Amino acid sequence: MNDTTGLGDDVQLITLDVNGSPYEVITAPRRTLVDVLRHDLRLTGTHVGCEHGICGACTVLVDGLPVRACLMFAAQAEGARITTVESLADSRTGELSDLQRAFTAHHGLQCGFCTPGFLMLAQGFLAERPEAAKEEIREVVAANLCRCTGYQTIVEAIDACATARRSQRPVGAEEDSCD
Amino acid sequence: MTPAKDDRLVGRSVARREDPRLLSGRGRFVDDIELPGMLHAQFVRSTVAHGTITGIDLTRVRQVPGVVAAFTAADLELGDITARLARPLSEFVPTAMPVLARDRVRYVGEPVAVVIARDPYLAEDGLEAAKVTYAPLPPITCEEQALAPGAPRVHAEAAGNTLVDVGLFATEGIDEIFDRAPCVVHVDVRTGRQNALPLETRGAVAQWDAREEQLVLHTCTQTPHQVRTVASRCLRLDERAVRVIVPDMGGGFGLKCVVGREEIATAAAALRLGRPVKWIEDRKDALSASFLAREQHYTARAAFDTDGRILGLDADVVCDMGAYSCYPFTAGIEPLMASAEMPGVYKVPAYRVRGRAITTNKAPTAPYRGVSRPSYVMAMERLMERAARELRLAPVEIRRRNVITDFPYTGVNNITYDPGSYLESLDLCERAVREAGWYDRQAEATAEGRHIGIGYSCFSERTGYGSAAFAQRKMEVVPGFDLAEVRMDTSGAVTVTTGTVSHGQSHETTMAQIVADTLALDLAKVKLHQGDTDRITYGWGTFASRSIAVGGSAVRLAAGKLGDKLRAIAAAEWGIPRRTPNWTGAGSVGATTRMSHSPTSTWPAPPTSHPICCPRTSSRASPPPPSSTSTTTAPSPMPPTGWWWSCTRAPGRWKSSPTSASRTAVSPSIRRWWRGSAGAASHRASRGRSSSRSPTTPRASRRPPASWTTRCPPHRRSRRW
Repeated sequence: MNDTTGLGDDVQLITLDVNGSPYEVITAPRRTLVDVLRHDLRLTGTHVGCEHGICGACTVLVDGLPVRACLMFAAQAEGARITTVESLADSRTGELSDLQRAFTAHHGLQCGFCTPGFLMLAQGFLAERPEAAKEEIREVVAANLCRCTGYQTIVEAIDACATARRSQRPVGAEEDSCD
Repeated sequence: MTPAKDDRLVGRSVARREDPRLLSGRGRFVDDIELPGMLHAQFVRSTVAHGTITGIDLTRVRQVPGVVAAFTAADLELGDITARLARPLSEFVPTAMPVLARDRVRYVGEPVAVVIARDPYLAEDGLEAAKVTYAPLPPITCEEQALAPGAPRVHAEAAGNTLVDVGLFATEGIDEIFDRAPCVVHVDVRTGRQNALPLETRGAVAQWDAREEQLVLHTCTQTPHQVRTVASRCLRLDERAVRVIVPDMGGGFGLKCVVGREEIATAAAALRLGRPVKWIEDRKDALSASFLAREQHYTARAAFDTDGRILGLDADVVCDMGAYSCYPFTAGIEPLMASAEMPGVYKVPAYRVRGRAITTNKAPTAPYRGVSRPSYVMAMERLMERAARELRLAPVEIRRRNVITDFPYTGVNNITYDPGSYLESLDLCERAVREAGWYDRQAEATAEGRHIGIGYSCFSERTGYGSAAFAQRKMEVVPGFDLAEVRMDTSGAVTVTTGTVSHGQSHETTMAQIVADTLALDLAKVKLHQGDTDRITYGWGTFASRSIAVGGSAVRLAAGKLGDKLRAIAAAEWGIPRRTPNWTGAGSVGATTRMSHSPTSTWPAPPTSHPICCPRTSSRASPPPPSSTSTTTAPSPMPPTGWWWSCTRAPGRWKSSPTSASRTAVSPSIRRWWRGSAGAASHRASRGRSSSRSPTTPRASRRPPASWTTRCPPHRRSRRW
């Protein structure tokens, strides 16, 4: 077979469910999930920091659980529900989610490169552990690396979001006063 | 508190304007850029620390499916990257860093060839097929080897493997001071190599724009204009034929304020192939073969009197800068920084320092966050600690006796220190430690035979270096100044362009705050452009915390000049009475005085004689509440300042909106600039300085300027703000 894709001869057609939309991708078996998301599907919100599972910038949810997309082949994600940072804001209005608003209210980002990974980590974790205490959040946040901000504000953002969700009041409401 | 102060955006926490896109995955970082027909580059890198290249065989590389091309130094014929200091050869030896190694490799990871393929995976396949043979040379891996008599040279031109050897300061008679001093302490300390490690690795996307006859180089750099200069020299293009664009950047920390060879090679490949080429640094390469920092060795002694006061400081600083001088700062960046700053927060009456940069067979170095500061502070603090023990003084006490207390203070290092609260901070720190019970716990532990250490360390950080500091280093290219351009369009929106580049510092918000305050605009009406060499003539980028101090000052001055032009236009166009605006000359900022601090709802009705009267609009989430307690004390000759005038020259568009309910209906033009200008003046008044500013005569008869664009290099001005 002639290589017409630039991917080598050994290509396969896989189907991915990303943010609720089905995608058909012709890809090489060795291609990682993050590269397919970023460069084939052009969902560039997910970032690549270390390429070996340390920094967590590439964290996405696979069937609801945080996964390092640089350590998973795209083909392995076939049949799973993949959720990326692009899913968080309202796709129609662009309105940020409560978690995203908490990050901005608590200054949980500077350059923003690691942020999608932290958001997806928190999104997956809070869905699983809505009752999470701040110390648990701190433990989970230790999974990812941030080089600018430090982790305190990230922990606070996630904790504020969790607290607000528990009391079902809008996140960011209490932050208005800090403007 | 004056209401004017309340009203200012600078100094307030405002929502970061970058956040929505960064939080929703809509940022655009270098690796997010995808161009039609784009190819991907990776580098064949040296596997030996030191050696002569005896052969490069890329035949099999070119046969790898998907590989489009592979180039060596001989194929690309690029100019070298050479950073220089204007110092004699005895002090500085310039060394060339080739874009790709030619005949010699000097560190593991040095790029030897570039492989271009249709896909990054295939490019890496290509790397594996490369065959490079070396005749190994003895590697120089540490200071002792580098400085050993008869050591092999990393660069033939650098005798003793020394690139920089400068004695910036030598107080006369310092040896006698040490001879006579009752207490002399010594330290010999080292810091290990560090890597700035921005989470986003380095990267570039290069493309030849045939229509503009210009190379467009997207790269994550803190200094785009420096990249332009180097690219144009290496590629032998005019500078105008190179456009460097910096998209969103995932951190830099100094590592990205030097020019790398890979982005130049990427550009060369794009030119050669006539197709866009992307290079994204592999993390493995970022760890091993990027620019590192801070491998330093301090041999220092300090003389003290019996009261513990420093009499003299004598230091020898050796910085292992690795294989090459970084552009533009050179291998002098660390030793010269350490030499200039080592006295730090202490009153040091006599000082001698020798700063050396040596070259070794390790990855080159670049500035990294504070450059030498952590290292020289450690050396200084060790000296203080040793002296405290010798003299049986408490560690805090000896520091208390030596920190600078009288400001402004010009040190033996020729640095004038702005007022600081060193002593107060030290006292506060000790009190906090004491109140937290640490001294009690230490005593208890000592009684039990355990040890709890309590340590103090003092430093001040010099930031926002002006040209003078770089001139002292004798850099061939002298950074320090910066440019800003503030432009209002016919819709009344303002575009600010700076030569600084945000890589996480949120300049889109902070620079806009400055302009919004200066011109009294809504924040939403101010848009920042940065990191594009075609948008601003020149700039020095972002490093050493210079962006707001230098770049922001330029922005403020430029915005002030635009404000003056707007006033002149308004005066000329609508015959606003002379006494109406109370302004000062060009460059002044917010020169009018406020009539009232009250919020919109309390402004008096608009004067009917004015063609346009609209309430101010505000994008702020919570406008300051009406205050009944604060009133202006000085009667102002101004008309109601709650009203603003638009400066577009289409009178038909003016609308009158007497109530605040119509905020969204007004023509989008100048926002609140009367009011905000007044705010600034009132703020100054509150600080007791306004009386020193005498308003000048309004230039009512002056024609509106042809151009509404203002450029203002701040180094030409000394106005403080």
